[in-house]
Amino acid sequence: MPQGSGSALSNFQVLSFVLMLKWGYMKILLMLCCCSFFIICFYFTSCPFLAQQLTPIIPVLGGALFLFVLGTLLRTSFSDPGVLPRATPDEAADLERQIDVANGTKGYRPPPRTKEVVINGQTVKLKYCFTCKIFRPPRASHCSLCDNCVERFDHHCPWVGNCVGRRNYRFFYMFILSLSFLTIFIFAFVITHIILSSYQKGFLTALKESPVVVCFFSVWSIVGLSGFHTYLISSNQTTNEDIKGSWSSKRGKDNYNPYSSGNIFTNCCVALCGPLPPSLIDRRGFIEADAPQMAPPTNGITMYGATQSQQSHMCDQDQCIQSTKYVLQAATTPLLQQHSSEPVIITSSPENGTSLPARASLTLGGPCSSLPLGQPTPPTSTPSLSCHEATDMLPIHGHALNHTHPLQEQAALHHYLTPEEVPSPPGMLHCGSPLGHSHTVQTSFYNPASQDSLHEDSVRGLVKLSSV
Amino acid sequence: MAETHSLQDMRQQAAVAAKVFIQRDYSNGTMCQFQTKFPSELETKIDKQQFEETIRTLNNLYAEAEKLGSQSLIEGCLACLTAYTVFLCMETHYEKVLKKIAKYIQEQNDKIYAPRGLLLTDPIERGLRVIEITIYEDRSFSR
Repeated sequence: MPQGSGSALSNFQVLSFVLMLKWGYMKILLMLCCCSFFIICFYFTSCPFLAQQLTPIIPVLGGALFLFVLGTLLRTSFSDPGVLPRATPDEAADLERQIDVANGTKGYRPPPRTKEVVINGQTVKLKYCFTCKIFRPPRASHCSLCDNCVERFDHHCPWVGNCVGRRNYRFFYMFILSLSFLTIFIFAFVITHIILSSYQKGFLTALKESPVVVCFFSVWSIVGLSGFHTYLISSNQTTNEDIKGSWSSKRGKDNYNPYSSGNIFTNCCVALCGPLPPSLIDRRGFIEADAPQMAPPTNGITMYGATQSQQSHMCDQDQCIQSTKYVLQAATTPLLQQHSSEPVIITSSPENGTSLPARASLTLGGPCSSLPLGQPTPPTSTPSLSCHEATDMLPIHGHALNHTHPLQEQAALHHYLTPEEVPSPPGMLHCGSPLGHSHTVQTSFYNPASQDSLHEDSVRGLVKLSSV
Repeated sequence: MAETHSLQDMRQQAAVAAKVFIQRDYSNGTMCQFQTKFPSELETKIDKQQFEETIRTLNNLYAEAEKLGSQSLIEGCLACLTAYTVFLCMETHYEKVLKKIAKYIQEQNDKIYAPRGLLLTDPIERGLRVIEITIYEDRSFSR
């Protein structure tokens, strides 16, 4: 394993890692603060009045609803969206062999590999993921932020700080549904408050004292989002598919959604009450310690208790430490080149092996969410835009965030981050790039040193250890 | 479990000649199914019928796990009402079936595959991507 250039480098490594973590958590915190802000406003302004005038059940109901919203938010944030673990080296080699045999070529990089399969009469293309070294199942997609393939990939939600996929879509839906109820509830009672108190104080005074404007905008954006997802659930589509128009009739007369059962009720049942598959990343078998190229240790260090105690912990930890080191080394290479004036906050060194994996385990998609690949909510947004944006706004340091915050303010409350995976001609490097998708393409961001394999591997394998 | 361990220890002394990977079959959608095509590397090792029987049983078990039956619906609704805390005490239907699958694979290994110098790996250990069949060299089993 190549060594870094010394302790100064390792300090910067830690710094960038900590910044990544911090900014990631900021998103969730921001979301929590927004929700809490409304509730607190509501409680301090309208509730006492309403409790007196109408009934004290109002604040109780509001509080209960708020707790439910919080619960679902946390559940969405901290659950595994359905990450597909990377292929073992043997599997990858076997697949490569099969593809080589099929292609009949060796020695030069063939075009992006696809496999066609017929599902319910529709031809679906399965793409080969160069990072995970697998053929992605249908509806799966590779999230460039989390750097993992996710089953039934919906989108990456920066507010939740996690991908929304097969395993946590229902929690996400519950979250936005309950949040819309909460905002409508608050809005309704704020209006009631204004009306009732305008009899006493006059309309304008009452209006000034209540947070009605903020409520109004948030109601519409959240309710709109819930409506959109209700439509998606009833037609059994993912945000990804809807934005790309995979099953829209515009593509062809015979184009239909092969996954939909045709019945709205059945589709809803499947999405919300269907069986919840267990996480695939906390059941990994023995992970060889000699595979540093196999980027993140996808044995999940779970929030609810690891279930892999039978497996070799030592190797897992080594893997974890190694991957983390690679990530940090790679991450700080551009950091050093670009910014010499970053404030240095030294917390711990990576040599303190036990602490760093613990930190790594808490990322939970946090650092990933620090990359706002903002895409506004309307489903008609062009997928190519997201692809380009993905390459333009690259990771990994806080510098990128300063530029993209204004962009974020302009976009809707909820961003849809589609992966770089868009139907693209084989020539488009950044969408199917074997260099690890969007991460290493921007040579203007990274210096030539970033092209070496160490950087490739680690930037590709940004440590994301999801929990169950 | 101990039996498997000793089997595996025995195997670790044996050399791994090859690994065959049975890929997923997506023709029924995203359901977990594996291809029943008989790989050529196993032609000399095991009977085609046996192999297909194993794969078919596994496919049926996985279909049962993912089935939207009344049990899973009730479980889903109950979980939603209890804010998913019920899974702290109870196993999901899927997990129960996964345990069944693990038992079945172990059984198959003991009865059919081990005597032929083969080892089936539970697909859950490979992220449900492949069924890995390890072929061991024959000489270690000459008694």
